[in-house]
Amino acid sequence: MNQTASTRIWKRPPFIKSPILRWGLWFGVAIYLALAFGTMEIDWARAAEGVTRGKRFIMAFFPPDFSSRWDSIQDGILESMWMTITSTVIGIMLSVPVGLGAARNLSYRPVYLFCRGILAVSRTFPEIILAIFFVKLFGFGPFAGFLALSVGTIGFYGKLLAEDIEDMDPVQAEAIKSVGAGWLQWLNYAVQPQVMPRMIGLGIYRLDINFRESAVVGIVGGGGIGATLLTSFDRYEFDSAAAILMVIIGIVMVMEYSSGYIRRWVQ
Amino acid sequence: MPTQKIAGSRIWHRRTTAKQFAVWLGWLTGIAIFVYCWRLISEKTIWFFVTDAPKQAVDMAERMVPPKWSYMEVLWAPIWDTINIATLGTMIAIVIAVPVAFCAARNTTPSVHFVRPAALFIIVSSRSINSLIWALMLVTLIGPGILAGVIAIGLRSIGFCAKLLYEAIEEIDHSQVEAVIATGATRSQQLSFGIVPQIMPAFAGISVFRWDINIRESTVLGLVGAGGIGLQLDSSISTLAWTQVSLILLVILATVIVSEWVSAKIRHAII
Repeated sequence: MNQTASTRIWKRPPFIKSPILRWGLWFGVAIYLALAFGTMEIDWARAAEGVTRGKRFIMAFFPPDFSSRWDSIQDGILESMWMTITSTVIGIMLSVPVGLGAARNLSYRPVYLFCRGILAVSRTFPEIILAIFFVKLFGFGPFAGFLALSVGTIGFYGKLLAEDIEDMDPVQAEAIKSVGAGWLQWLNYAVQPQVMPRMIGLGIYRLDINFRESAVVGIVGGGGIGATLLTSFDRYEFDSAAAILMVIIGIVMVMEYSSGYIRRWVQ
Repeated sequence: MPTQKIAGSRIWHRRTTAKQFAVWLGWLTGIAIFVYCWRLISEKTIWFFVTDAPKQAVDMAERMVPPKWSYMEVLWAPIWDTINIATLGTMIAIVIAVPVAFCAARNTTPSVHFVRPAALFIIVSSRSINSLIWALMLVTLIGPGILAGVIAIGLRSIGFCAKLLYEAIEEIDHSQVEAVIATGATRSQQLSFGIVPQIMPAFAGISVFRWDINIRESTVLGLVGAGGIGLQLDSSISTLAWTQVSLILLVILATVIVSEWVSAKIRHAII
């Protein structure tokens, strides 16, 4: 607020209160941008070429060529779907014990640390890097992709499951314990009903993510539609690539809408 | 409450018989689908390689240690590139995502019937294509290099940022906007004095969160030629230089951990 002789002029309070921090932040951003653009090597001539290619690529969407590569597109999409389903199921099955172990209110300290360690490691590397190594170890094909997606699922699902169990209502758990339930009965009647609705929703969400990821593990040889897509880009067959992209977008959209619908229905 | 009379005493069950039956049927269908998919995958797998894998893994691990520390000199530039791709990509995404989000939010959109569906379509199509596929496309179009990576990350992040941002805009407290309207503010003044201050913390949080994800994603963009440390990873793997591969993995691990720490700190400071 600013006091002058005749009138008081209101000024909007800034988002960051300390002026030193505020100006320092702007200054830092400016220096960073200067450095970043100074060190980036961009081949503008090559980028300009992209305009004509881009036009060709966009034209390929009208109409996309579904027919000439239809067999391999169909194969790839089906393979992606199998991978999605199996890896989600196996990943969730494996993540349940890990998630239970990683919940602070359920397990002992050493078990907790061990399970948290598993979750941290499986979450750090992107699925695609895992896929590279699994392809090296298990050979080309959907099995490697399936393993990579499963490991990714364990990290994602186990962490959220553990957090959800930690957040549950202890009163209900205590009530079940007080009637003399054993550990498994306690899990089944006290913990599971509390976390189940959210977990079903997250499982469907993960199915969604796994399909998107299964479209790219093929780029490194992990099976699925990615390999077909990579080949069609490498051959400059933009109309086939456009067709594949449209199939992927279509499936993802259908899955996203139906998963949103199912999640609302479950909760 | 579903109960059953057995030998004179009432026994409690969790579900009614019909419901229990439906649950079992659901499980049966699920397992059938899973077994079917599994068989198809198994057909395409050469099981000899799978049974051989533990030996291979040990062999590979032996070849990976110790990491070739001297290779670090070569890696500084790709690390800097990776951070640049993530940061500049996030900046591009934010600049585009803000207007898209205002168009998509029910309470600020200029037109519910025309502009809002268009904005939602932009959000969905940007989100449904993985950044690696965006990069693949852009490398073919504008050539390999950092620029393709930056744009790929940017395009992928628009949907994410805009979606979270428009949800934040829809959840604002309307009475504050009303107070601003009551002073006779124009539409743009309502926006900048009534809505923007309310979504500022969410906006900063979303940007930092996405930046963190982008660091992770930009480490692999090099696999398709879009710059960053992935390029080195790809070439090290294809030349079987395993000691370099292990160093790169360590570097990626460190970068991800540091970026996660930074973003957690910043978000903690904001919220």
